[in-house]
Amino acid sequence: MSTREQEALELIERVRAQPPRFRDPQVTMAHGAGGKATWTLIEGLLAPALGLETLADAAVLDGLALTTDSFVVKPLRFPGGSIGDLAVNGTVNDLAVTGARPLALTLSLVLEEGLSADELRFEIDAVAAAADVAGVRVVGGDTKVVERGRCDGMYVTTTGLGRLDERGRLDPTALRPGDRILVSGHVGEHGVAIMLARGEFELAAEVRSDTRPLWAAVDALLEAAGPMLRCVRDATRGGVASVLNELARASGVAALVREAAVPIAAPVVGACEILGIDPLYVANEGVLVAFVAPEAAEKALAALRDVPGCEHAAEIGVVKSEPPGLVLVETAFGGRRVMDMLVGDPLPRIC
Amino acid sequence: MKYVDEFRDAELGRALSTRIVAAVEPGRHYKIMEVCGGHTHTIYKYGVDDLLPENVELVHGPGCPVCVIPMGRVDDGIAVARRSEVIFTCFGDMMRVPGGEGTLLDAKAGGADVRMVYSPLDALRLARENPERDVVFFAVGFETTAPSTALTLMRAKAEGIENFFVYCNHVTIVPPLRALLESPDLRLDGFVGPGHVSTVVGARPFEFVPADYGKPVVISGFEPLDLLQSVHMVLRQLAEGRCEVENQYTRVVPYDGNPRALEVLADVFELRPHFEWRGLGFISHSGLKLRDAYADLDAELRYAVPGVRVADPKACQCGEVLKGVIKPWECKVFGTACTPERPIGTCMVSSEGACAAYYNYGRFARERAVV
Repeated sequence: MSTREQEALELIERVRAQPPRFRDPQVTMAHGAGGKATWTLIEGLLAPALGLETLADAAVLDGLALTTDSFVVKPLRFPGGSIGDLAVNGTVNDLAVTGARPLALTLSLVLEEGLSADELRFEIDAVAAAADVAGVRVVGGDTKVVERGRCDGMYVTTTGLGRLDERGRLDPTALRPGDRILVSGHVGEHGVAIMLARGEFELAAEVRSDTRPLWAAVDALLEAAGPMLRCVRDATRGGVASVLNELARASGVAALVREAAVPIAAPVVGACEILGIDPLYVANEGVLVAFVAPEAAEKALAALRDVPGCEHAAEIGVVKSEPPGLVLVETAFGGRRVMDMLVGDPLPRIC
Repeated sequence: MKYVDEFRDAELGRALSTRIVAAVEPGRHYKIMEVCGGHTHTIYKYGVDDLLPENVELVHGPGCPVCVIPMGRVDDGIAVARRSEVIFTCFGDMMRVPGGEGTLLDAKAGGADVRMVYSPLDALRLARENPERDVVFFAVGFETTAPSTALTLMRAKAEGIENFFVYCNHVTIVPPLRALLESPDLRLDGFVGPGHVSTVVGARPFEFVPADYGKPVVISGFEPLDLLQSVHMVLRQLAEGRCEVENQYTRVVPYDGNPRALEVLADVFELRPHFEWRGLGFISHSGLKLRDAYADLDAELRYAVPGVRVADPKACQCGEVLKGVIKPWECKVFGTACTPERPIGTCMVSSEGACAAYYNYGRFARERAVV
C-alpha cells in the first residue's frame, strides 16, 4: 500500500474515532430512524448533557431495570396489532433483553382532540390484553389532550420496571470471536406490515406485525445458556442490521452473517424485493438477536424454538475478530458485502 | 421466488467464475466499467466481485441517475418545494442527494411538503386529489424512466389537469459515455452496458463504442449471474480479438429498443443544448426538456427558480475516478472536503459510488488483501 493511501485510511480512522457531535441545524426524520443520525443525536447531545455513561435498552439500578419508550405509529391499527400492543410489548421487551423479568408499567397518553371514544376504548383494551399476556400490571399513568391536528390520533409513552434475573450477565461488550448469532423468528414482518397498511404502494400481501412480548424467549435462553448468553437485543428500528452494527462496535469484533440462514417469510421477501428494501434493515417488534458462546449455541437454539412464536428461530452467523466494528454478510450467491448502519430511513431506489 | 432465484444460483455462479478465470490472460490487468448504477448495486449486494479473479477490476460508471444531478439543480428543486402552494414529489433516493444547501429531506424538515412516490403516475394522482395545490414531480433518470414521465405528461394534458408540473432532469446515456471515451487518459478495456436503458433505446446506439473507440460492449441484465456472464463475454471478446456490441440481456432487450417508447420520448421531450453533470461538468445534448407543446406543465417555466449554478469545487476529481485514471484516495478532496456526510462529487453521493465505498469499507478491502 502506498503512503498516500495509508494516510487517507488513517485520516478516515481519526475522523471515525472522534466522539459524534450533533451539528445538524434542525431535527429531521433521519434522527428518528434508528441509524447513524439517531446515534449522533443520542451520543452527541443527550448523553453528554445528561451525564449518561452507558447507553442500553434499560438502566439497571440495584437489581431493578428501568426503561421508557414512546410510540407514534400511523395507522393506529395494522394487521397483527395496534399502538396499544406496541406500547406494552416495546417496553417489556426492552426490559427482557436487559435480562430483567418485567413487573409493572406506567402509561402516558397524548390524545388528539376529536379522537373517537371507540378508537380510544379499543386501544386501552389492547393495552390491558397485551399487559395480561406479558404478565405485567399497569400501575399508573397520565393523560393529556392536544388540539386537533397536533398529533396523529394518539401518542403513547410507557415506562417499565423489571427485576434483573440472576442467571444472566448480559453485556454488549461481552461478544467474543466464535460466539454464535441467533434470531428468534421471521425477520422484517412488522415494518413491512406497517408500510403495506399505509396503502401508499398499492401492494397487497398477507403480512402481519410480529408484535409480541419476548420475556419467555429470554427466559428460555437464560435457562439453556446461563452465563454463556453474552447479550440479547430486540431488533426494532433499523432491524437486525443495526443491532449487529451496534454490538460489533461495542465489543470491538466483527459479525459475519450467512444471508441464506436468515429466516424471512416469503411475502416479506417479495414485498422487499419489489420495494427495493433490505429486510435486515426493516423494523421488528417481536424478534430478538442473541449472542451465545459456541458450546451453548445448539442448546439455546433448541430452547428458543420451543417458545411459542419462536418456531422459526435460527442461527444466522458467527462473531469474528477481524475487521473490528464491521458487519459482513456472506451472500447466498457466494460473495461478501459490508452491512453498514443506516444513515436514515431505508429509501427505495429508482435504479 | 420463481423466475428470480434462478438467476442467483450460487453453483452456476461458481461455474461462471471458473470460466472467467480461464478467459483471462495471466499477468494482464483488466478494467471493465459497468455503466449503470443498478449494476453497481447488484455487484455490491451479492458480492459479485468476490467471484472475479484479482486482475479483473470492475469500475463503477456514471449511471446512477440521482448522483449525477448537480447541486444547482437540487437547490432549484428545493426552492420550488419550499413554495407553500406546492406538493413536491420525487423518487426515494433523490431525497438524500445534497444540493449547495442541504437535501430535500432537510427541506421537508423545514416545512416543505415533500413526498416520496414510486411513479410519476402517483404524483398525477396527488394532483387530482389536491386540486387546490400545485403538484410538482422531480423527474430524474435516463431513457429508462423518461418514457413514464412522458406518458404521465400526455395523460395530464389529455385529462386537462392544470395543477401538475414536471421539473425535468432527465438525461441521456450516450453523451456521457462519449465524453468518457473522448478522454485521452481513459484506462478501460471494455464496458458492461446498461440493461434497463437498453430496453428503451436498444443495443444499437452503443455501436459507436466499438466502432469509434475500439472497446467491447456487452448489454447486461441485473441479476448476479447476468453480470458474471457479461463480464465473461467482454473477456472473451478481448481474448478473441473481437470488438462489438453483444446483448446478454436478450430476454428483455430488443436490439432496436422499444419503438413505442422512443416515439413517446420524441413527442414530449427535446434535447437541451447543454446539461451539467455532477463531477463531470457540462456535456452537450445530454439532458432533456419539455417541448413547447407541454410548456404549461413545465415547472421551470411556472416558477422563477433561482437557477444559480453551484460550481463543483475545482479539486473534485470524479471524472478521473470514473475514467479509472486515479483511485478515490488520490483525489485532492477525498476524506477532507468530500466525505459521505458532506459529499461533493457523484462518486461520494451514492453509497455505492467508488469514493463512498472506499471511505466506508477501505479498511475491509485492506483486510481482504491480506487474506
